[in-house]
Amino acid sequence: MTASINLQDVTRRFGAIEAVRAVSLALPPGETVALVGHNGAGKTTLMKLMLGLIHPTAGTVQVLGENPAAGQFAARRRLGYLPESVAFNTALTARETLAFYARLKREPVARMGDLLDRVGLGAAADRRVGTYSKGMRQRLGLAQALIGAPAVMLLDEPTTGLDPALRHSFYEIIQELRDRGATVLLSSHALTELEERAERVIIMNRGIMVANGSVDDLRRIACLPVRIRIAAPADSLAAIPEWVGPIGTCRRINGHVVEVQVGLEQKIEVLKRSVAHGTVDDLDIVPPTLDDLYAHFLMSQEMPA
Amino acid sequence: MRNILIVAGKEIQEGLRNRWVLATTLLLAGLALSLTFLGSAPTGNVGVRALDVVIVSLSSLTIFLLPLIALLISHDAIVGEMERGTMLLMLSYPIGRWQVMLGKFVGHVAILAFATVLGYGAAALALALTGAVVDAASWLAFASMIGSSILLGAIFIAIGYLVSALARDRGTAAGLAIGIWLLFVLIYDMALLGLLVVDQGKIISGGALNALLLLNPTDAYRLFNLTGFASVSTFAGMAGLAGTAGLGPRVLLATLAAWVFLPLALATFAFSRREL
Repeated sequence: MTASINLQDVTRRFGAIEAVRAVSLALPPGETVALVGHNGAGKTTLMKLMLGLIHPTAGTVQVLGENPAAGQFAARRRLGYLPESVAFNTALTARETLAFYARLKREPVARMGDLLDRVGLGAAADRRVGTYSKGMRQRLGLAQALIGAPAVMLLDEPTTGLDPALRHSFYEIIQELRDRGATVLLSSHALTELEERAERVIIMNRGIMVANGSVDDLRRIACLPVRIRIAAPADSLAAIPEWVGPIGTCRRINGHVVEVQVGLEQKIEVLKRSVAHGTVDDLDIVPPTLDDLYAHFLMSQEMPA
Repeated sequence: MRNILIVAGKEIQEGLRNRWVLATTLLLAGLALSLTFLGSAPTGNVGVRALDVVIVSLSSLTIFLLPLIALLISHDAIVGEMERGTMLLMLSYPIGRWQVMLGKFVGHVAILAFATVLGYGAAALALALTGAVVDAASWLAFASMIGSSILLGAIFIAIGYLVSALARDRGTAAGLAIGIWLLFVLIYDMALLGLLVVDQGKIISGGALNALLLLNPTDAYRLFNLTGFASVSTFAGMAGLAGTAGLGPRVLLATLAAWVFLPLALATFAFSRREL
């Protein structure tokens, strides 16, 4: 299977700043990839490189088998892009705006009405974009990225400014695209949201790719402890550190909950002991979240072991 | 080619929606009509040559107004879209930067041409309706005045793009545009006049003067309209100059065309090298 997006040792400098440093990655079709990093970590630069809007200082970029910066536009017709804080000409209506972009992609303008319905702008299609709220502009941005059933979608912070209901329908659309075999790359700060949706997570920090793998892979690599919250009657709470003490560290959350941090492989042992002691009211297992993983990979880069 | 037309179509659509087209047409028509009727009053009963007088006053108006309108439309075209973020999205589509530039150019020139033809045409029509007799030579001079006015507008649109492609932000572009307008429309001629007075014909030859006139597109435009047609030049007070200028209409037109092409080519080059 050939990758939709292929980066080989890509470096991009802006003056003295290295926005992207020696990044290599290959994204296959039908995969949703989360691109995670602080502001200025190089996420937007990576996307611009994939779009061919900027040239790499070193290395090669291939998107759908083509160098996007070479001036050949066949690949761009099958590519959808939603920039961070998307902007449109405020004087035109949503329908006119989409018609313009559809023409540039040589897609039938007549189909744009359906697309507007799909992102929930059907009723406002003939209003000027200038009267739109931030959320509505974001929907229009998504609509233009969806023109022509793209094989590659690059979405830069797509869910900022969307309300929860809209986020949900947004991820449904992403799901559909992926099922059709599109590669979806989305950057976001809302990490917990991406956790269940992305097959792969790429973590960037100061231009360097510090992690690239599935959430489970990253969990294994990071060896982050699992947190187990044990609720028990107040009088037996004090005893908990004694029987889990040798395994993990305990922390009292409140009057009847203790949180125990243990390694992944000792999780079952703690469960066994809780059952054996019998004084446990309730028990929650919290695996490390994407947030924890993210923090871990950033830390491990700052302080190389 | 199709991409160019798509972008041009969008620019025209925006121009119509922003009332740019309407405002420009009304402004040009209003000024042209008032010049036609008020401007001919001092000459008394002008009779047969009424349109020639209009050509003289309209071309003077054009030199001030059209470059200003053209720069107003164009100085924002690149840097403004970049600042607003709309350029980033457009360039992620299958379209080249030179196509964006040429598309905008076609669209903006079309807007300006529409306004000029309609605005100045209204003046000529009103004159014809009042019963003034206009001969074929005058119509030809009027038509070439409209044509060269559009060309002058195109020149300043191209210059505006160059400014827009080079400027770091919109404010700088606007300032530069105003500076360029002042330079070409006011300062250049005053400086040239001062130079000639000081020089007293010692160093600056006729050839050098011609070259200096061609270096300013508004001067080339003025010469083209005021000396190109015998009937007009008598009213313009340029009859003497017309004989000695040594710059035929072909040279002047070629100069005007070069003034469109060069800034546009430079602007396209600057835009293609610009980082987003």
